[in-house]
Amino acid sequence: MLNKRSKFIFSMLCFGFAFLYIPIALVVIYSFNDSKLVTIWGGWTLKWYVELFNNENILNAALLSFRIAAITATFATIFGTMAGLILARLKQFRGRMLFTGMIASPLVMPEVITGLSLLLLFVSLQDLIGWPSQRGMNTITIAHITFSMAYVAVIIQSRLTEINESLEEAAMDLGAKPARVIWDITLPIIFPAMISGWLLSFTLSLDDLVISSFVSGPGSTTLPMLIFSKVRLGVAPDINALATILIAIVTIGVCIAAAIINKKNKN
Amino acid sequence: MSGLLINLDNSFRERLWKNLVIAIPYLWLLLFFLTPFLIVLKISLADPIIAQPPFTPFFQETVDGSFSIYATFDNFLYLFQDSLYFVTYLSSVKLAFISTFFALIIGYPIAYGIARSPQPTRNILLLMIVIPFWISFLLRVYAWMGILKTKGLLNGFLLWIGIIDQPLDLLYTDTAVYIGMIYSYLPFMILPLYANLEKLDIRLLEAASDLGAKRWQVFKDVTLPLSLPGIIAGSLLVFIPSIGEYVIPALLGGADTLMIGRVLFDEFFLNRDWPVASAVAIVLVLLLVLPIVYFQKRQSQESMQNSSQAVT
Repeated sequence: MLNKRSKFIFSMLCFGFAFLYIPIALVVIYSFNDSKLVTIWGGWTLKWYVELFNNENILNAALLSFRIAAITATFATIFGTMAGLILARLKQFRGRMLFTGMIASPLVMPEVITGLSLLLLFVSLQDLIGWPSQRGMNTITIAHITFSMAYVAVIIQSRLTEINESLEEAAMDLGAKPARVIWDITLPIIFPAMISGWLLSFTLSLDDLVISSFVSGPGSTTLPMLIFSKVRLGVAPDINALATILIAIVTIGVCIAAAIINKKNKN
Repeated sequence: MSGLLINLDNSFRERLWKNLVIAIPYLWLLLFFLTPFLIVLKISLADPIIAQPPFTPFFQETVDGSFSIYATFDNFLYLFQDSLYFVTYLSSVKLAFISTFFALIIGYPIAYGIARSPQPTRNILLLMIVIPFWISFLLRVYAWMGILKTKGLLNGFLLWIGIIDQPLDLLYTDTAVYIGMIYSYLPFMILPLYANLEKLDIRLLEAASDLGAKRWQVFKDVTLPLSLPGIIAGSLLVFIPSIGEYVIPALLGGADTLMIGRVLFDEFFLNRDWPVASAVAIVLVLLLVLPIVYFQKRQSQESMQNSSQAVT
């Protein structure tokens, strides 16, 4: 028999998860709606998916976004891992305060400011040295690496502070050089954290609208920019279909990752 | 002799590696994070002109060939004279504050419920909180457009069950912005609260009720104060991104929904007034620095108090 408090908590849990999932579920359901009037049900159809795969603009934007996200995630993981190692293992070096600040700030900086400031940098650089000659994929990627690496650094740093330094110290005492210790001991330990960092950077890059809008140029429209310009005018059935595909990919990915972690923990 | 040489060589190479590992992320952040910010500061002190780029240069060449610095506070004065900006800053803080408050009210019982669930269920519930966080922010905000439209699903449902007899105006209002913000940032509130409540020592609650405290008293005097760090962390994680939010007011808000991120965006893209947009950005950063520093100070004081209490 549930007591009064348990009932309250239980109903709040139900309400909370309904609140989180009903909007997503509705988008998925209405992506199969055979009616131009988006919110009136007209039977099941797959025509919006067909339309989606015949829409070259959307496919090009998706391709651009996935390429930017893959490059961003790779570089952000490399730079972010370096930064995380520094924050966790190098307690003293000149300029550590500034470094810590520069890693923490992008996490709390509003996107409009990051976007504005990077655009102004690219414009100034173009004035001074002629690079970047035009804004597009390269400038968007640089912007995405900059904010994503901060997230990776935080993940790596927290993982490194969790694990004991004694393994690394033991290897050093046995005569291994620092570079070898990092390569053979530290990196294998933080490898799962690097994978989560890569996935997080990929998602952050794939989702970003505001910063991309600032630093992109003519002819380089990312997927979120295209979606935004479409949904600004109202609800669109082909965007529902696109959303359903993305939601399916993410949900399957997260569930697989969770299952792998669960299995590992049991072992 | 040769061994010593190899050793020297090694230590030189080690140092080189170490410096390289520091230098790469350091230089990247200097160039692409700190420098851009200084440029914003510089341009906020310039006058707008019709040219490419549309602002006056910071260093100006004088007649005798030397350089002088040109800086003006006009943009900042303009922000304070034109009541639109002041009202917008206030309105952003208000929207962010109320959204944070409701996210806390809704998120706390959910986090509490998850933390008190038995183990296998707990992991699944936690996973279900995390999944929306990985789904595109833009698409999750968009999902509400179909629900909140005048002829949308919520109005249709309310009309059908007969609570209202005329559709409500929901989309393109502040109410829609509140719903969008609470919805988007709820996981940020729940996760730190959960992390805190999970560590809570059940024996403390049992001790309190053994000593005769009622359930409500146990919650008010034990659980709530002990979860304060989680409340602060969660509130910060909701409040800070809410203030500068652009997507939610742009998609769900009306023309009269004033949020500073949106004003900055429009100032830059529609009015092409780069100096005023930069000044708006600088003031927004100042607005955010104060609460962050205040809360961090509070939190470190608290952890020191906790450790000294543990000693005594």
